[in-house]
Amino acid sequence: MSATTIAPDTRIPLRGHLRHTGALVRRNLLWIRQDPESMFDALLFPIVFTLLFVYVFGGSIGQSLGGGQQQYVQYVVPGLMAMMGMNMAQGVGTGFNQDFNSGVMDRFRSLPIGRGSVLFAKIAVELLRMLFATAVLMIVGVLVGFDIENWAGLVASVGLSAVFGSALMWVFLTLGVVMKNAQSVQAMGFLVLMPLQFGSSIFAPTESMPGWLQAFTDYNPLSSLADTARGLMVGGPVAHDLWVTLGWSVALTAVMAPVAIHKFRTKS
Amino acid sequence: MTRIDNDPKAANSAVTVRGLVKHYGETKALDGVDLDVREGTVMGVLGPNGAGKTTLVRILSTLLAPDAGRATVAGYDVVRQPRQLRRVIGLTGQYASVDEKLPGWENLYLIGRLLDLSRKEARARADELLERFSLTEAARRPAGTYSGGMRRRLDLAASMIGRPAVLYLDEPTTGLDPRTRNEVWDEVKRMVGDGVTVLLTTQYMEEAEQLASELTVVDRGKVIANGGIEELKAKVGGRTLRVRPADPLQLRPLAAFLDELGITGLASSTVDAERGAVLVPILSDEQLTAVVGAVTARGITLASITTELPSLDEVFLSLTGHRAGAPQDAEPADDRQEVAV
Repeated sequence: MSATTIAPDTRIPLRGHLRHTGALVRRNLLWIRQDPESMFDALLFPIVFTLLFVYVFGGSIGQSLGGGQQQYVQYVVPGLMAMMGMNMAQGVGTGFNQDFNSGVMDRFRSLPIGRGSVLFAKIAVELLRMLFATAVLMIVGVLVGFDIENWAGLVASVGLSAVFGSALMWVFLTLGVVMKNAQSVQAMGFLVLMPLQFGSSIFAPTESMPGWLQAFTDYNPLSSLADTARGLMVGGPVAHDLWVTLGWSVALTAVMAPVAIHKFRTKS
Repeated sequence: MTRIDNDPKAANSAVTVRGLVKHYGETKALDGVDLDVREGTVMGVLGPNGAGKTTLVRILSTLLAPDAGRATVAGYDVVRQPRQLRRVIGLTGQYASVDEKLPGWENLYLIGRLLDLSRKEARARADELLERFSLTEAARRPAGTYSGGMRRRLDLAASMIGRPAVLYLDEPTTGLDPRTRNEVWDEVKRMVGDGVTVLLTTQYMEEAEQLASELTVVDRGKVIANGGIEELKAKVGGRTLRVRPADPLQLRPLAAFLDELGITGLASSTVDAERGAVLVPILSDEQLTAVVGAVTARGITLASITTELPSLDEVFLSLTGHRAGAPQDAEPADDRQEVAV
């Protein structure tokens, strides 16, 4: 190695990071404008799932809740909000993987920008899609009779979904970088999400589940997220589940964000 | 290891590579490569698929870390000063690296912003480069709708936004038809005219001859020859003159006549009976003129007379004694996905 010392590499100022992330957000938004079909899932998912769950399971689960279908609407809509966020979060990995295989990533990575910018921009746009899906969900929810008892709670729930959703996006971004093609990213995401979503209190109360499953659902962050949203919007205890959800969000981000950025930086 | 700082060859070179090594498991994509590209020149890196060309470009653009060796671009170390280095390079890959969903203008504007131009500067630069690369009319169309040539031009424009000191052209015309290829060559020549240093990788001797002033021939991760392009051409036998007499019966007499001419240094001719032509290896324009002059003076009616550059295969055959890219393909076709990290 050379005997002379080499000046350390320059650092990118915060303003630079913001500028780069902004430019990349614009790119991702232009993608949506170019390809509006990419919003179909955000539009149709909440509609289809709300109608399915309310009208297929609503009657019977509602009865066990001590009411009817209306009781179930109050139960499931906040749960669906939690679920919707996670489905949107999963999409981030697939899209990112496609990006990688198109060669445009090489250009980005040969530019003097922070490696995180590309990932932050992706997350920002995915959060916007998540907000859109949540808005659709609330409209459909109200149409099938959901009663928003606490508007501030609604806003807080949306915020909490976004926090947990973006934490989970780091996991899917990592999958998107590491896995070879978009199909495997999707399959993997499905495998991770399915048990989390159905083994939770999103769709039905967990009291009637076997003990071993309850042990799982109790620690499942999606249960906490759904229960918090429920508590915030229609009333009920909140504090414990809120802290559990926030704890998961912080832990996931702290572990997975550096991993995702590192994998992105060193992908060859 | 060589010290770049005390290396006289490295003094005015824009790209300096010493002992660069990159392995993919068992295969050695780069196996101790040395390279110097002088400022303001075009260095052609010629080699078959799998020779390590793309790996070299990827290391020099900080997309890949070398396993050993050193490389500097415009004085910046590829490993230790990647951000500064990225500011002075432009990259166009063999995989057209434009965003197909974005319109041409948006592609350029985006890169401008990522290179820290102000909104106004980025807009102006996008307009200017679209104009220069004759893409103004297609500015608002998604790049995915562009023809192959337009896409390469957009790719070149994108790599020029930051006014790079060193430009990497990784097989810029692979997969293009001859007309589009000429179009891209013309653009590259204009860029070189502006004083950019270019590192060009190619599989075609013809492309190297058109664009490069110096040539490095690589094979299986090793440099097997380098030097001025004329120098190397002489080494590999230069051009071949293909003379086709109008009357096929003249074929052998013509060959015999040329062999008896006694032009200095002219190698003996061969007869390509199948295509009715006599082939004469020539090393200089003087020889070419002398041969054409003698044939004309003799009064032999000719159907055609053409010169041909040696193919990559022939270059390899004369340099290494084996054919290009033969048994092992050191570099995976798509090495971006090859390495699990």
